Amino acid sequence: MHMIKLGINFLSSPLYSFTLFIVLFVLAMKRMDIVGTKKFGMGLLIFTLVVFAWMVSDPVFFSVISLPDNIPIIILNGLVFWSTWYALYKGNQNDIRIAAGEPPIEGTPENREKVWAWPNLVYTELFCIIACTIFLIVWAIFFKAPLEEPANPTWAPNPAKAPWYFLGLQEMLVYFDPWMAGVVLPVIIIIGLIAIPFIDTNPKGNGYYTFKERKFAISAFLFGWLALWVFLIQIGTFLRGPNWTFYGPFEFWDTHKVVAENNINLSEIMWIKLFGIALPKNIFVREVFGLIVTGLYLVASVPLITKKWGHKYQERMGTVRYYLMIFLILGMMSLPIKMYLRWFFNLKYILAMPEFELNL
Amino acid sequence: MSEGFAKKVANTQVWKAIFRHGPPNNARNRAAVVAGNVFLHLHPIKLKKSGVQLGYTWCMGGLTFFIFLSLTITGVLLMFYYRPTAEYAFTDIIGLREHVPLGIMRELHRWGAHLMVITVWIHMFRVFMTGSYKPPREFNWGVGVILLILTMLLSFTGYLLPWDQLAIWAITVGSNMAKATPFMGNGGPGAALARIGDFVMVSDKNDVRFQLLGGRFVGEAALLRFYILHCVFIPLVVAVLIAIHFWRVRKDGGISAPL
Repeated sequence: MHMIKLGINFLSSPLYSFTLFIVLFVLAMKRMDIVGTKKFGMGLLIFTLVVFAWMVSDPVFFSVISLPDNIPIIILNGLVFWSTWYALYKGNQNDIRIAAGEPPIEGTPENREKVWAWPNLVYTELFCIIACTIFLIVWAIFFKAPLEEPANPTWAPNPAKAPWYFLGLQEMLVYFDPWMAGVVLPVIIIIGLIAIPFIDTNPKGNGYYTFKERKFAISAFLFGWLALWVFLIQIGTFLRGPNWTFYGPFEFWDTHKVVAENNINLSEIMWIKLFGIALPKNIFVREVFGLIVTGLYLVASVPLITKKWGHKYQERMGTVRYYLMIFLILGMMSLPIKMYLRWFFNLKYILAMPEFELNL
Repeated sequence: MSEGFAKKVANTQVWKAIFRHGPPNNARNRAAVVAGNVFLHLHPIKLKKSGVQLGYTWCMGGLTFFIFLSLTITGVLLMFYYRPTAEYAFTDIIGLREHVPLGIMRELHRWGAHLMVITVWIHMFRVFMTGSYKPPREFNWGVGVILLILTMLLSFTGYLLPWDQLAIWAITVGSNMAKATPFMGNGGPGAALARIGDFVMVSDKNDVRFQLLGGRFVGEAALLRFYILHCVFIPLVVAVLIAIHFWRVRKDGGISAPL
């Protein structure tokens, strides 16, 4: 048992758990015929519950998970788990119907029929409101709202964490400077979300669950939502302890855990390690590789992507929509790319210009 | 006897003054009950069957609105007990906890706030998975994204108000990000360029973080700002946007269904 826990601690480190998550994600997107079945949903649910129950029995894991402000995350996880599977299940059902030449379940003559809002809709809403009220009251009775020591500006708790819904952003701070993680990436997320209806010109899948008719849109959205938002919240909440150091789920939050900080910049890798000379004085010469890499990623990659894969989208969507989509995807993918560069090469900054507070 | 009594009540002048129609058990009255009630008339009188099924809508948008209303009510009740000053804020929360028998208003408010963030997310997820943002509903999706951000800002501003260690350090971590805003934050890229000779245009005394906190750190000015943002400003904006959101749901053809 001890060995298993050590193994889980090891595998939970961001590199392994994130990679595992992405592999499973890609597999799930490829085999929707398996994921979108009741058997799969039930199996996964039972498996998750058993593993979770076993993990909760560990005192260290329990002490993290039972913090009052962490309970919403467990509710979130339950709802994300259920909603993702259920939407994919309904999508799979409809895809089977559509393949057989039938309309999606929402479009059957019976379901297109109009019904009275009273009582059909009003009673459903009443039921939901009552259920929600009961749930909230029970939650409020059994869990006191947290209250710590009075505010003390001279003594910072370690770790100091933002509210849980921003912990994905705080986790991004490991890989990006605050101007990226706290400002640029959130702005890209907001612009990207608002732009979705204008980018996605696929007329199919409007008003019913489906996967096959909107494979790319759904996969891209699910990747951002599950891997880059919900998953990072889990790491930031449950696996980051003092000094924002990684701790496995069964690992005691030892403040003195020492982690080697040997991250280096691209300029140092190139000039010092590769060429064996000191960093040039002029910052633009020093950062020439970073400028080239950033330029390649943001500019030169676009015609390459277009030629290899994007040209059919460009024709279908129009130039403005297409380039907006490429810009948003590049912005989104910059996060996992930077994560892997950090894990594999200990890369701190691709472009390091502290003179202008401009670090990438 | 009880049925007779109900009939008698429904025939009194008082009842008829409030509800201008009979019980909603026939087509005419079912239309009247929805159209004649200011709250119920958010709904259409009739709608497609697919739109009333829980398996399709998950009721997450409706629940979000319900939780918003509950938070307004519990929030107003909490305001009776709470003074947003560094001197009183924390002790008022202690008082709320120690002296109000069986009080769960703070719990309802806090957990409700967390739950609202979650239901907004799941609502957006459902809207995405059913493709409901597609024409003609593009604009309303955008309104929803703004509401999502405002929901998180509401929760974030409220996080400071208990004035305990959890509060000020969470807000310190969060508001430190504003310091890094390009050109507008004292520690952000480009801010160092904004200077004329020795005169620094973007300093920690005037950047976006200073505007947000009313100071250079999370202090009493920040508490008052967050209190007013949390209790007055953001709820007002949210209320207006909710009105637009609901109005457009109706105008764009109601709950989405296959074309």
